Amino acid sequence: MEVNEGQNTTGVLKRIAGPVVTAVGLNAHMYDVVKVGREELMGEVIKVDGDANIIQVYEDTTGLRPGEPVINTGLSLAVELGPGLLTSIYDGIQRPLEVLVQKMGSFIERGVSAPGIPRDRKWEFKPVVKVGDEVSPGTIIGEVQETNIVHRIMVPPFVKGGRVKSIQGGSFTVEETVCTLEDGTELQMMHRWPVRVPRPVREKKNPTIPLITGQRILDGLFPIAKGGTAAIPGPFGSGKTVTQQQLAKWSDAEIVVYIGCGERGNEMTEVLTEFPELEDPKSGKPLMERTILIANTSNMPVAAREASVYTGITIAEYFRDMGYDVSLMADSTSRWAEAMREISSRLEEMPGEEGYPAYLAARLSEFYERAGLVTTLAGDSGSVSVIGAVSPPGGDFSEPVTQNTLRIVKVFWALDAKLSQRRHFPAINWLNSYSLYLDTLGPWYDTEVSPEWNPLRSWAMEVLQKEAELQEIVQLVGSDALPETEQITIEVARLIREVFLQQNAYDAVDTFCSMKKQYDMMKAIRSYADQSYAAQAAGVSPAQIISIRAKNDLPQIKFVKDYEPMLDGILKAMESEFTTLRSSA
Amino acid sequence: MKEYRTISRIAGPLLFVEKTEPIGYQELVNITLADGSVKRGQVLDTSDELVVVQVFETTTGIGRDSGVRFTGEAIKMPVGREMLGRILSGGGKPIDGGPEIVPEKRLDITGAAINPYARSSPADFIQTGISTIDGTNTLVRGQKLPIFSAAGLPHNNVALQIARQAKVPGSTEDFAVVFAAMGITKEEANAFMQDFERTGALERAVVFLNLADDPAVERIITPRLALTTAEYLAYDLGMHVLVILTDMTNYCEALRQIGAAREEVPGRRGYPGYMYTDLASIYERAGIIKGKKGSVTQIPILTMPGDDITHPIPDLTGYITEGQIVVSRELHRKGIYPPINVLPSLSRLMNLGIGKGHTREDHKKVSDQLYAAYAEGNDLRGLVAIVGKDALSERDRMFLEFADLFEQRFVRQGIDEDRAIGEGTLDLGWELLATLPVEQLSRIDRELIEKYHPKFRAK
Repeated sequence: MEVNEGQNTTGVLKRIAGPVVTAVGLNAHMYDVVKVGREELMGEVIKVDGDANIIQVYEDTTGLRPGEPVINTGLSLAVELGPGLLTSIYDGIQRPLEVLVQKMGSFIERGVSAPGIPRDRKWEFKPVVKVGDEVSPGTIIGEVQETNIVHRIMVPPFVKGGRVKSIQGGSFTVEETVCTLEDGTELQMMHRWPVRVPRPVREKKNPTIPLITGQRILDGLFPIAKGGTAAIPGPFGSGKTVTQQQLAKWSDAEIVVYIGCGERGNEMTEVLTEFPELEDPKSGKPLMERTILIANTSNMPVAAREASVYTGITIAEYFRDMGYDVSLMADSTSRWAEAMREISSRLEEMPGEEGYPAYLAARLSEFYERAGLVTTLAGDSGSVSVIGAVSPPGGDFSEPVTQNTLRIVKVFWALDAKLSQRRHFPAINWLNSYSLYLDTLGPWYDTEVSPEWNPLRSWAMEVLQKEAELQEIVQLVGSDALPETEQITIEVARLIREVFLQQNAYDAVDTFCSMKKQYDMMKAIRSYADQSYAAQAAGVSPAQIISIRAKNDLPQIKFVKDYEPMLDGILKAMESEFTTLRSSA
Repeated sequence: MKEYRTISRIAGPLLFVEKTEPIGYQELVNITLADGSVKRGQVLDTSDELVVVQVFETTTGIGRDSGVRFTGEAIKMPVGREMLGRILSGGGKPIDGGPEIVPEKRLDITGAAINPYARSSPADFIQTGISTIDGTNTLVRGQKLPIFSAAGLPHNNVALQIARQAKVPGSTEDFAVVFAAMGITKEEANAFMQDFERTGALERAVVFLNLADDPAVERIITPRLALTTAEYLAYDLGMHVLVILTDMTNYCEALRQIGAAREEVPGRRGYPGYMYTDLASIYERAGIIKGKKGSVTQIPILTMPGDDITHPIPDLTGYITEGQIVVSRELHRKGIYPPINVLPSLSRLMNLGIGKGHTREDHKKVSDQLYAAYAEGNDLRGLVAIVGKDALSERDRMFLEFADLFEQRFVRQGIDEDRAIGEGTLDLGWELLATLPVEQLSRIDRELIEKYHPKFRAK
């Protein structure tokens, strides 16, 4: 073999121990992608030690022998960005799973590569700039109707820009040149971007609009902003995955990136079969048309699991750069952290807390910091909201992944196994959860929902807080021992919990609840509360107030699409019952 | 095949072999002792200078003079139709006195990951005849649903009852049971074997036995051999296979033992940092593949050390499996069999396999209502302990009584009692719910109440 001096790009395997291998003579740089062994398994350099390079391999290393060749590509791990991304289902390193099935059958074998976006497919490119226009990095030069989403083709951030020399519309593959600049640069619809590098933006802004999810406890009590970050920590069995999937289905982002990182195969399949059937509540088109799924199940190679989160966020940033609101779900970041831990321990690095690498906190914060509401290079507004699930071992929130996540994220949806055991879903604990966006989002609720909403929300939180205190007393002495007003408070809190907070993800209507409906529901509960306290003051006994029948029908409005007439009926019936009570008191 | 006599160090189950030619990672290794006997092992770490071999049997008798041969291939399992009805050792050798298995195929025991895109979503309800499973924690084909138990509890009886009674109502498709025992006692193994023989289940079963006194390291491959066999039966022969793995705690101990021998940086409680990935490579082998007839359903059993559900073994298992069935010491002490505590139990795939077209339209709502009412009654028990029953409101007393009734009637059943889902389990659920006032059944729509509630049915 001929070797250029100082440009040695082929090395030799020295040692194999699990997913981490050592090669010498590669002369590689950190995070260079390499091809390992005769089967050319994909790997990435994660440590340079003298002449030796330590490589994490994205595929199973069984059978690799010392002495096999290792080729350095000189490139870093990158994703392909361009038309063809939407509706795709990828593994952790952007190999389309559907293509893998065609190439190697039902099981994931090794050494098979497949391009992230199809090369042969042609797209109808419509230019939006003209010859002679000045373009710069991030400028939108044309559009492709990909699904019901318009895929905006932009000047890649690494291209200097300049004056357009030629540009034409028509049918092109992603690799064909659609635009030439005066300095001779040829632009294609596809470009590559290294996953570990955040894509540049003009400016990061403070989020002011909520991401509406249709989930009452989230939108109503603990909202996340578009461009914000949230964490869902939950012990297993507390409904974390269902909550994540609800968000992926219903959040009003334009693009959804869902990363199944180290999760269950059957659950991913559920997502894969369900999403294409679901309709986007706004466009009426299949939800899948705005979705990109990344599925790296727990038994797929650990190094690819580590990469999957970066692959996902890079794709999310790419759509943000087109001016879209993107929401990204990572389920679960604990599995990601464990992948880091596993690789770190194979590297024999000095472990930090609970065996996690010392750089855990840094990696987590780097990841969440890639979220945000931004002004793109092209001057548009776009956002990436990141919702990360955390799976604390033993449900213990004091463990490092949860703690380091909480230091960064602004919203915390505390899932509670006790609630899910009572079949209170979504099992989000209203006392431990919080949202730091309430102040910045307040004005939006004032203008878009009602000026009454924010006070109503605070009132509900107060009642729930009060209930928690009262429950402690009830646990000790029973509910009859409470003062009359507080017996009513307990009943009101029960209504808030059972009517407002409980939401059935499997019910065709209740699965999504508009802000208007949320407001009406809360107002109805408030109306019961106000009338109850008034009646109590007028001498009606709490037992009578609690036995008002009309309020028992309130839960039914959850399951009715055009609920207004029904709600009106309930409110009227309630009022007349109160009137009767008061007149007899 | 070259034989090396270059063992430089032996530590626990590991051999360190020097000056070899390039050896493949995870290759199968044969070690020949002075007396001519052969032991098997696997390559854990390979480099130019040193190869680390993990020996699956005891290292007793291995010395620096022992011969080491590298076979050049990963461990393969010979499989064939004839395996049904056979009893094999934890290492896959027949121990029932019968002939060697004539292989139709030799399969890699590691088993590649199923491409999530090639999976088919599980949806076939499996009726186990146990109300606490069928009614409230439904098992479906292709699921992995572990039993979380603890020392001294009758989890084996529960597993046997499931193996005996499990069927898909109305289906006549081929089924088989693959049973893998890891580190259980001879006595426990006998109980399993006798039951298999008594019920004739052995004919449809493949049994792998690694007993308590068998080499611990062998336990690393036992579940993989069992699953390789199960996959062959399912995907090549089109059978629906139920795999019972007991006891996964012993498997994890073996994993820890090897980690310690390799002087790895330990994770939680000394278990290796890669235990999650390792367990996933076992549990994730359950499933159904698009376009193939069979399925692999797993019921792993594990004993929680110190009854602690947050211990790394149940914890990591729970994050991979699709729910768990929790066997409770408290119910066992009350003399209730099967002592399944439904509150911490869960089947994540339940909703896929129940309801109209699977079981019955009221299934989900009945289950939710039973859960909620039992949870409420169970909470009140704490209150009763403090203030006494008399201090309770009438409503609370009803829920308290419901909780007792639920345990005595719904949870409790005979070891051979096989309840059908509709008339057996769900109707029983309705009967219990009927002890509560109708307006307390807030989780069930009016329509279903009118159709199934005994009070309305009688009319």
